[in-house]
Amino acid sequence: MSFKRTIAVTVNGKSYERLVEARMTLADFLRGELDLTGTHLGCEHGVCGACTILLDGEAVRSCLLLAVQADGAEIMTVEGLAQGTELHPLQKAFQDQHALQCGFCTPGFLMTAFAFLKETPKPTEAEAREAISGNLCRCTGYQPIVKAILQAAGKTTT
Amino acid sequence: MKPAPFAYYAPQEVDEALELLKQHGDEAKILAGGQSLMPLLSLRLARPGVLIDINRVANLAFVRRGANGGLAIGALTRQRALERSAEVASQSPLLSATIPLIAHFQIRNRGTIGGSLAHADPAAELPAVALVLGAELVLRSASGERVVHAKDFFLGYMTTAIEPNELLIEIRIPGLRQQAGWAIEEVARRRGDFAMVGVATAVELNGNNTCQDARIVLFGVGEKPERMERAEQLLRGQEATQTQPAEAAKAVSEDLDPVADVHASAEYRKEVGGVLTRRALEKAFRRAQKAIS
Ligand SMILES: Cc1cc2nc3c(=O)[nH]c(=O)nc-3n(C[C@H](O)[C@H](O)[C@H](O)COP(=O)(O)OP(=O)(O)OC[C@H]3O[C@@H](n4cnc5c(N)ncnc54)[C@H](O)[C@@H]3O)c2cc1C
Ligand code: FES
Ligand code: FES
Repeated sequence: MSFKRTIAVTVNGKSYERLVEARMTLADFLRGELDLTGTHLGCEHGVCGACTILLDGEAVRSCLLLAVQADGAEIMTVEGLAQGTELHPLQKAFQDQHALQCGFCTPGFLMTAFAFLKETPKPTEAEAREAISGNLCRCTGYQPIVKAILQAAGKTTT
Repeated sequence: MKPAPFAYYAPQEVDEALELLKQHGDEAKILAGGQSLMPLLSLRLARPGVLIDINRVANLAFVRRGANGGLAIGALTRQRALERSAEVASQSPLLSATIPLIAHFQIRNRGTIGGSLAHADPAAELPAVALVLGAELVLRSASGERVVHAKDFFLGYMTTAIEPNELLIEIRIPGLRQQAGWAIEEVARRRGDFAMVGVATAVELNGNNTCQDARIVLFGVGEKPERMERAEQLLRGQEATQTQPAEAAKAVSEDLDPVADVHASAEYRKEVGGVLTRRALEKAFRRAQKAIS
């Protein structure tokens, strides 16, 4: 029956197997089926970046993927950043720089920045700005977010 | 904001995908990167009964040197792979320079060259560049294969020559000649947005600084990317002087009959289309002159 499929995925190092409807987005799967509600949904059509996750190491919008497409994939969500109670350096930098207010956009920014720094460990400020150009924040403003990314990259910020 | 139900297939071979297209034809939609189709499904602007996901099809994502120079690119090649490809940078610098203008890196990680061409958004960069470069598109169905030139591929607003039973397989991009110059310029509201107006150009000069060929394509101005033939004609056979780009730009501005929408008025697009054309031609001439000297 092609309206439903069983999929197996690894999320933050843990394996899951579920029967899902083909039309279910990966974002809804993570939130609704796996209860990983750290991945947020803003626009659900690819514009805001809140739902950004890592699929096999690459940052992607989870609202623009079907859960069935992730069968066999390795996924990392914002829940995978911290080690127990110890924040990831990026999270720590966001805290230090006040790079969040309501926090709605934060998971998307963190996962975007995580993927970006992996590929560009020592970015310029311009590169950091460009990297987050696909993520919308409606309350903090982007300045502290840029500073947080540069701090996490080991660049001194003022 | 949830897609309506559909029957889902994830073929692993091209032939299997073609067989599914033959069976389901009109009712089916191909899913490539999903960066245009998924929003349409979620907004229920598209409600296909059958979704054929080609992401697991073998041998559809590749970048190869073409038979006569240039490039052969698999339709499922991600935009991000093109951005990172040294082969693309050396064989088609215009294509390489175009990719970063498309959306954001998270979107380019999924979005494919074939999806962008098949989607044929009038403001998209890749259709315009395919037209400028004289790309050929390889379309295959269960009953055979045909090759369509970019100039015959884009038919109208988000409409292409792809038949319901056909799959775009490969994009062939001729190499630029040694003496060629190129440029792409656009104006968008924000970084990564679709262009309000854009222009892609490729020119060829000979050793006497005479323009042998010029191609100018405007995008974001109408139903589909448009070649500006009168402006091209003004350049051909003429010496590439400093005033040439401005004259061609004036012709572009006069000939444009752009759409107006919430992003920009028709007058604005006419004016900016000319300005961008001048800038693009200046850059393209400089690149060509550098290649010769
Ligand atoms: C926020 C955002 C910003 C964007 N900004 C830009 C931008 O600035 N410039 C730009 O050009 N694009 C932009 N895009 C669109 C993006 O480039 C898409 O990736 C692209 O338009 C479609 O490619 P896809 O592989 O994702 O195709 P899909 O979304 O999977 O498919 C698009 C259409 O093409 C058809 N199709 C796909 N592959 C084939 C094939 N091989 N054969 C036959 N039919 C096929 C599908 O059936 C569908 O109708 C943006 C998207 C988003 C979400
Ligand atoms: S919820 Fe996915 S991009 Fe907005
Ligand atoms: S912190 Fe509130 S939207 Fe970004």
